[in-house]
Amino acid sequence: MSIKVVNVVKQFGEQRAVKNISFEIDKGEIVGFLGRNGAGKSTTMKMITGNLPLTEGQIFVNGLDVKSELDSIKSQIGYLPEHNPLYLDMYVHEFLQFCGKVYGIKGQVLIARINEIVAQCGLLKEQNKLIGSLSKGYRQRVGLAQALLHNPSVLILDEPTTGLDPNQIIEIRELIQSISKDKTVLLSTHIMQEVQALCSRAIIIKNGEIVANETVDELTTEEQSHTIKIELADVADLSSWKEKEKILSIQKANKLTYLIKASEDIRKQIFKWAGEEGVDLVGISLEKGSMETVFQKLTKD
Amino acid sequence: MWSIYRKEISSFLNSLIAYLVMTVFLVTMGLLVWVFPDTGIFEYGYADLGIFFNMVPFVFMFLIPAITMKSIAEESKSGMLELLFTKPINEIKLVFGKYLAGLTLVLVTLLPTIIYYFSLRYISNPVGNVDTAGIIGAYIGLLFLASSYTAIGVFSSSLSENQIVAFIIALFFSFLLFMGFSSISSLTIFEGMSTSLDQLGMQYHYDALGKGVIDIRDVIYFISVTFIFIYATFWVLKLKKWNS
Repeated sequence: MSIKVVNVVKQFGEQRAVKNISFEIDKGEIVGFLGRNGAGKSTTMKMITGNLPLTEGQIFVNGLDVKSELDSIKSQIGYLPEHNPLYLDMYVHEFLQFCGKVYGIKGQVLIARINEIVAQCGLLKEQNKLIGSLSKGYRQRVGLAQALLHNPSVLILDEPTTGLDPNQIIEIRELIQSISKDKTVLLSTHIMQEVQALCSRAIIIKNGEIVANETVDELTTEEQSHTIKIELADVADLSSWKEKEKILSIQKANKLTYLIKASEDIRKQIFKWAGEEGVDLVGISLEKGSMETVFQKLTKD
Repeated sequence: MWSIYRKEISSFLNSLIAYLVMTVFLVTMGLLVWVFPDTGIFEYGYADLGIFFNMVPFVFMFLIPAITMKSIAEESKSGMLELLFTKPINEIKLVFGKYLAGLTLVLVTLLPTIIYYFSLRYISNPVGNVDTAGIIGAYIGLLFLASSYTAIGVFSSSLSENQIVAFIIALFFSFLLFMGFSSISSLTIFEGMSTSLDQLGMQYHYDALGKGVIDIRDVIYFISVTFIFIYATFWVLKLKKWNS
């Protein structure tokens, strides 16, 4: 078990930011941490890094208690904070050298490691620049490089793609995917596609409580599982199908595509009807509810 | 600790702060000691660095808070402090690294003024007729004074995320500890305890060292002031974390 959170409570004065949450993340998993702003994502992540003391409960990272064994945990965690703080007046290599030395990596080993990580994070082109002169996407890469430098087994990434343009988002996403092969990753995000693209599991948190902790597939199939999308080869009139049993509604998505809402999975019947009526069917699929709908449904007040 | 120290030193050198501090200090002191007729040694007529050692505490009172004001305030504001604490850096390493870096810059700034002593030896009549022991003592006093000011500066920087606030707090504490106690002790209501009050201030101990007598009590006083403020900084950071 890479990360184990047990009955954790965090109280800020009067406000209970995190209310008794528990979850576990296995080695090698990429888990998405979802929730609206202020739901307690960053707070929980900070507590896992040992930066924020817990009010109640326990957190274990690689079996070590965050409260009492923080010093040994520090070298096993890589953390990218929400606003990605960096020393803007430092050069990329200078900053990474500083970070490496903090972890006690020295000399040739450090230089080799920095070169490796610079290449891995796609910083080769910008490696000789001042961090302050880099664009946001490249700063994010420096932040990731900083988190990865000491080869931690657990990565905590707080909104790694917020504020980036769509191309940068995809690049950073690919980067996370490539680096996370042998690592446990907990990443928070608002972007649902990101969870679908990256994560094996999603933990959704609302007002400091976990409302869902399931694989992405489980989450999306539960939702409105009986929308069937069909594609036709030629224009055909399907209005008469509305009267058929189990069909609730038929919606024309575009010229050749229809969305059929039904009370159960009626794909078999649709094939039959199409055959009987001579409608050329070229595609039929059961639509999964999108992560967005799931998220909205689960986090609505 | 040394990684923080090295990072601070290179940041001083890269951001021109170091050059600015050294230039301002050396130009000011050079003018006051050698050029301006009101304060200069030539007009004064005695081969004595009294004016230098009287002025430096006041120049440092502004200069050192200016050096230290950003040390913790900026890290805290940018969120870097949080990131550093997830790395193998704890409060003690951070505070000592910052303190030592600040002190190093001050001492390097002070170093060229040793030439004043040799110049003075040369122009005194007969040559070499200067109070060497007094000057060495005063330099040791300055060293301790700089150390205390730096500790105060780093402490103030931990209190606020705003550098200007940190500067003003540091200036206030430095002034209070250097001058405040001796000034208060001269009030008539404190007549009975004026010596004890005076001894609480840095000026008393600084002047004592300047006489050329290295009294262990003065040394202990300055080391205590330094450690109290470093320790207080450590606690401010701890408390901020606990209350956050």
